[in-house]
Amino acid sequence: MSSTASTQSGQTVQRLALVEAIQDGLYTEMAQDDSVVVLGEDVGKNGGVFRATDQLYEEFGEDRVIDTPLAEAGIIGASIGLAQTGMKPVPEMQFMGFMYPAFDQIVSHAARLRSRSQGQYSVPMVIRAPYGGGIRAPEHHSESKEAFFVHEPGLKVVSPSTPYDAKGLLAASIHDPDPVIFLEPKLIYRAFREDVPTKPYAVSLSEAAVRREGNDISVYTWGAMTRPALIAAENLSQSHGIDAEVIDLRTLSPLDIETITDSFKKTGRAAIVHEAPKTGGLGAEIATTIQEEALVHQEAPIKRIAGFDAPMPLHSLEDYYLPQAVRIQDGIRETVDF
Amino acid sequence: MNMKNEAGNTDLPAPVRQDSELVQVLDAEGNVLPQASVPDLSDRELLELYETIKLARHFDQRAISFQRQGRLATYAPMTGQEGSQVATSMALAEQDWLFPTYREHAAKYAHGMELASLFEPLRGYRDGYAIPEDVNVMPEYIPIATQVPQAMGMAWGHKLQGKTDTAVLCHLGDGATSEGDFHEGLNFAGVFDVPAVFVCNNNQWAISVPRERQTASETIATKAQAYGIDSVRVDGLDPLAVYKVTSEALEKARNPAPGELRPTLIESVQYRFGAHTTADDPSVYRDESEEEAWRDRDPVDRIEKYLYNEDILDSDLESEIQDRIEQAVSEAIETAEQTETSPDNIVEHVYDDVPARLEEQRDELNRLREKYDDGAFSEVLE
Ligand SMILES: Cc1ncc(C[n+]2csc(CCOP(=O)(O)OP(=O)(O)O)c2C)c(N)n1
Repeated sequence: MSSTASTQSGQTVQRLALVEAIQDGLYTEMAQDDSVVVLGEDVGKNGGVFRATDQLYEEFGEDRVIDTPLAEAGIIGASIGLAQTGMKPVPEMQFMGFMYPAFDQIVSHAARLRSRSQGQYSVPMVIRAPYGGGIRAPEHHSESKEAFFVHEPGLKVVSPSTPYDAKGLLAASIHDPDPVIFLEPKLIYRAFREDVPTKPYAVSLSEAAVRREGNDISVYTWGAMTRPALIAAENLSQSHGIDAEVIDLRTLSPLDIETITDSFKKTGRAAIVHEAPKTGGLGAEIATTIQEEALVHQEAPIKRIAGFDAPMPLHSLEDYYLPQAVRIQDGIRETVDF
Repeated sequence: MNMKNEAGNTDLPAPVRQDSELVQVLDAEGNVLPQASVPDLSDRELLELYETIKLARHFDQRAISFQRQGRLATYAPMTGQEGSQVATSMALAEQDWLFPTYREHAAKYAHGMELASLFEPLRGYRDGYAIPEDVNVMPEYIPIATQVPQAMGMAWGHKLQGKTDTAVLCHLGDGATSEGDFHEGLNFAGVFDVPAVFVCNNNQWAISVPRERQTASETIATKAQAYGIDSVRVDGLDPLAVYKVTSEALEKARNPAPGELRPTLIESVQYRFGAHTTADDPSVYRDESEEEAWRDRDPVDRIEKYLYNEDILDSDLESEIQDRIEQAVSEAIETAEQTETSPDNIVEHVYDDVPARLEEQRDELNRLREKYDDGAFSEVLE
C-alpha cells in the first residue's frame, strides 16, 4: 500500500514503520482470504486512532472493516460468534488499558471454548491492542499487562519489536487456529523503518529471536524494550567489554523455552527487561523457568529490570518508570560483576 | 436542513427544528421561546452562568493552543459543550456529588475545582487530580462508562444512610451508552430508586463513530424506559434549558413527590465542534457543513444575546468579564507551570503505607539517579 516499493535481490520490499507493517499485514491477509474481517472502535472511516487500519475501509468496504458501537465486551463476544461461522475476526481494542470490559469474554470464553467443547469448537481470532508507555499519553493509555493474558491457558500472546516481525507474526496469528492476543508496542509504532517484503510471509509463533549474540549474559525482553536493551548491550560492549546476548521473545505465550535455556546455558547469567510492573510480571516466569531447566549453569542471581509495582505515572515521570538504557546497563553490570 | 437519519433518529439539527420532546428555553437568537419558562435565577446568577461559560470557552482555546506549542499533552476540547457543562453544575447544591469524564473541565470548575488543577494533569503531573476536601467531585473517568454504576452506588449509599438531601450527578457521552456498565448502572438505579441524575452529553460523535452507530434507539432518552426510570431530552446548547431540567431532576432525586421516581436520565443534545482530542482529525470522518449547521446555536452567543436582550449585560460589563476571565486563566496556567514533582511520587499514594518492596524500588531508582544524574533518564526510549 505504501508507495516506496523497491526491488532488492528479486524481492519487492517497502521501507515501513511498525504500524505501517501491521496495516500492510492486515491488507495482505484480507486480500488473500475473504473471511478475514476487522472490527472495533474507529477502525473504519477513521482508519484507527493510530492509523493501523488506514485505507482498509476504502479498499474492502464496510462489511469487512467494521466500526462497532463502543463496547469491548460486545466486540469480543461478537467476534467469538463470528468465528463460529467460519469468519476470521481481527478485533481491535483501541488501547490495552480499555480491554478490561472484554476480559470476561476473552478469558472465560475465547480462551476455553476449545477445551470446553473438547475440540469441537474453536475461536480463531486475533485481538490487536496497542500497549505500553512512553508516548505522553493520558491515564490508562500506557498499560502493559501482558501477564494477565499469558496467565490464561488457551490464549497465545504475541508482541513484535520490528516492522518485519510485525507483518510476519500478524500473518501467523491470523493463520493460527487459536485466539491470539497481538500486543503492539505503540512507543515504536513510528520510531524507525525497515525493509518489509510486499509478498505474504509468516514468522513462526514458536521461536524467539536472538537479536544480538553474546557470551557474558542473556538479556530477555520483548516489544518496545528490545531497543533500549540492544542499546544497553552495545554501550556495555564498548565501555566495559561486556558481551550481552539479547533475546527478543516475540511470542510471550507459549514461551520458546529452548531458546531461553540454550542461551542461559551458554552465558550462565540473565537479566529480564520489561516495562510491566515487576511483581507477577512475565520476568518472574522466565526466571523460574531458567532455574527449573538450567540451574546448574547459573553464575549469578537473575536480575529483573522492570516497571514499578505502581500505576504508570503521568508523563512527567514516565521516563523514570520505564526501564531506560541506563537502568538496563546498570542491571547487567551488577549481574556480570556479581 | 433535516438531520433525521436513516435510523429515524431525531437529533437536533440547525438552525431550528421543532421537536416537541426537546426542552428549549431560548431560540437561536437568544429570545425566549413562546410557552417556555425561564428558570428562576437572579441577574447575578445569570451573569455567573454566563461568565463561567465564557471562561470555559477561553480555557478551551488556551488549552488547545498550549497543546500545539507542546506545553500540554493530549487535551479533550469542550467547545460547544460548555453551556451544558456549566448549567448542569450550577444546578448542583454544594453537597451534591459530580462524576465527570475527561471532557468535563468546566463542569468540575463550576462545582469547585481550581482552574490550575485542571491544567496540571495535562502537564503530566498527577498532583492536579487531588480533590480539595470540601469539593464533592470524583477524579475524572477515562475508561468509558465506568463511572455510571459507581455514581449509582454512591447515590444508593446516601439513600441507605438516610442522606437523601444529597444527589449525585453523573456525566457520560453518547458512546458510553453502548457499554455494559451504562446498562448495569441504570438498571440498578431503577431497581434501587436512587437519588442520581445521569447526564448523557450527546455530542453526536464517539471519536469517529456517529450517534446512529451507537444505538438503533430513536433517542438516547428512550433507553431509560427499559430501566424503569424517567428521562428528558434537552437542547444542550441552551444553557437555560439545561439548568432548568437539571435542577428539576436533582430536586426530584432528593424529594420525589409520592409515586415519583428519584433517578433521571437527561439526554443533553449538543455537538462537539472541535476534534475529539488534540490527537484527532475530524475531517477524516465528518463533513464540515455539519459543524456549520450547529454553529448557529452556539451556547455562548445564545446566553449572551439573551442577557443583552434583558438589559442584564452591556458592552462595558462584557469587557470587564472578559478581562477577568483572561486573567483567571493566565494565572491558572502560571500556577500549573510551576508544578514540580519528585520521582518519589511514583510510589506515593499507591497504598496507605508504601510496602517495603515498593520502597526498595524507589530507593533503587534514587540510587541510579544519583549515580547517573537525571538527564540519563530522559534519553529517549525509542
Ligand atoms: C472502555 C474504553 N474504551 C475505549 C476508550 C477510548 N475512547 C476514548 S473516548 C472514546 C469515545 C467516547 O465517546 P463518547 O462516550 O460519546 O464521549 P465523548 O468523547 O464524545 O465526549 C473512546 C472510544 C476508552 N476511553 N474507554
